[in-house]
Amino acid sequence: METDRRAEREVARRRKARRGQTIAAVSTLVVLGGLAALTLASPGWTVLRESFFSSDVFVESFPDILEGFWLDIRVFLVVEVAVLILGLAVALVRTVEAPAIFPLRLIAILYTDVFRGIPTILLVYLIGFGVPALATAEDGGATPLSWLPTNEVLLGGAALALSYGAYVSEVYRAGINSVHRGQRDAALAIGLSEQQALRHVIVPQAVRRVGPPLLNDFIALQKDVALISILGVAGEAFRIAQIQASSDFNYTPLIAAALLYLTITIPMARLLDRWERGRAVS
Amino acid sequence: MRASSPGGAVLEIRGVTKAFGELEVLRGIDLTVHEHESVALIGASGSGKSTLLRCIDLLEEIDDGDVFLDGEVITDPSVDPVAVRRRLGFVFQAYNLFPNLNVLDNVMLGITRAHGVGPESAEAQARGMLERFGLAGRERDHPDRLSGGQQQRVAIARAFATRPRAMLLDEVTSALDPELVGEVLAAVRDLKAEGVTMLLATHEMSFAREVADRVAFIHEGRLLEVGPPEQLLAEPREPETQRFLRRLLAAGRV
Repeated sequence: METDRRAEREVARRRKARRGQTIAAVSTLVVLGGLAALTLASPGWTVLRESFFSSDVFVESFPDILEGFWLDIRVFLVVEVAVLILGLAVALVRTVEAPAIFPLRLIAILYTDVFRGIPTILLVYLIGFGVPALATAEDGGATPLSWLPTNEVLLGGAALALSYGAYVSEVYRAGINSVHRGQRDAALAIGLSEQQALRHVIVPQAVRRVGPPLLNDFIALQKDVALISILGVAGEAFRIAQIQASSDFNYTPLIAAALLYLTITIPMARLLDRWERGRAVS
Repeated sequence: MRASSPGGAVLEIRGVTKAFGELEVLRGIDLTVHEHESVALIGASGSGKSTLLRCIDLLEEIDDGDVFLDGEVITDPSVDPVAVRRRLGFVFQAYNLFPNLNVLDNVMLGITRAHGVGPESAEAQARGMLERFGLAGRERDHPDRLSGGQQQRVAIARAFATRPRAMLLDEVTSALDPELVGEVLAAVRDLKAEGVTMLLATHEMSFAREVADRVAFIHEGRLLEVGPPEQLLAEPREPETQRFLRRLLAAGRV
């Protein structure tokens, strides 16, 4: 009797699962098929295809863009490391309550408030063009600030690091504040100082917690590396694509660049999903 | 000013008051804990037992009065709280183990970082302590792999590892499933057998009777009655104490 009920339930469960799969497949086909039909049937499709998805242009432009993309990846990696360090430093300055660092704390608060509010593109302009202006006199001679760097990649990278550092410091700070008070109590109770408690107990737990939101910010950063193209950085993927696109009024090279960005951001997004799922289980 | 002779005062609490905003939690507590003595704090939830322990370990700042450790005032603003906490051991109700560290590192952290012991002897010390509390073989596990009772025993090992002058135990069995209470009480009994000076807040009257040399009843931030367990728990003088014990009796907790 008992085994019968078990078998019945198993059959019902399978039937339900099968029905769900069928509905999902049919509705996907209808929605995607409908969208595709609508696009392909529209009179503008041939123009769109030629100017954005031309296979000839794609093949021709792709090797140069791919080469440029290597610069993007290097900039991304260096900026990411800088952001991780800057963000943590700012978050720590805002967390530690020692009166001696009050001026630093003030600067840190001002920094996070202002730099999160400014559009990243403006920051890239401001630093990318502003700093070289400070470093060069009108007659081309030396100024007191001649030691400032004028390299576009460096300045563009610095602008991105400052912009993202402000976001990431807030992510870290949220992580630090989310560590239970009892952890600080326990760290103090075994005789650690406030700083030791932060270093050995609070920050390691905070960093672990903010992994997923940090990765999210890095997906955004990876795309925004393209912003340094506005400084005229030669050899950057998006810049190369822009030049190619404007030389023959075909936007396919930009699509080629976008595909390259996706090869990085999509795996990162999936990694993030898996990470968060894993944490939800544990 | 040092009282180090056997039976001398280790902890002296003098007129301690503490308020959180409008709420007066401690209203003038006087209590002395002598060397090798164990004193149990009993009283209803919110009576101020935990706050008193936290104030002694300088996790909370007191408003008035003073606390002395081995005859030296520890609640003066000029005293370094970190140095004081290194001489005391504290065990929390919720264990508060560090989830980012394994069991061994939980115990070692204070030995190495707070007491400056080299890694090798610190590890030997920590392993010895874990073995003593029945945790040999669990050194590499992270706290979340352990039962509540095991976690609390690690917490006791962590607090006791550096041989503090006194152990402060804050309701160490209150967060445990009933079947796990016994192993933690055994660990405390073990400390008592060694003559460790202890001040412990507890809900377990049978336990207070067993390990406490004296029991102190706290009611609404005041210490109403102190006495040996056989007297205080059996024939309390104060009406509030009688009422408290009657309520516990009715709830089957004595």
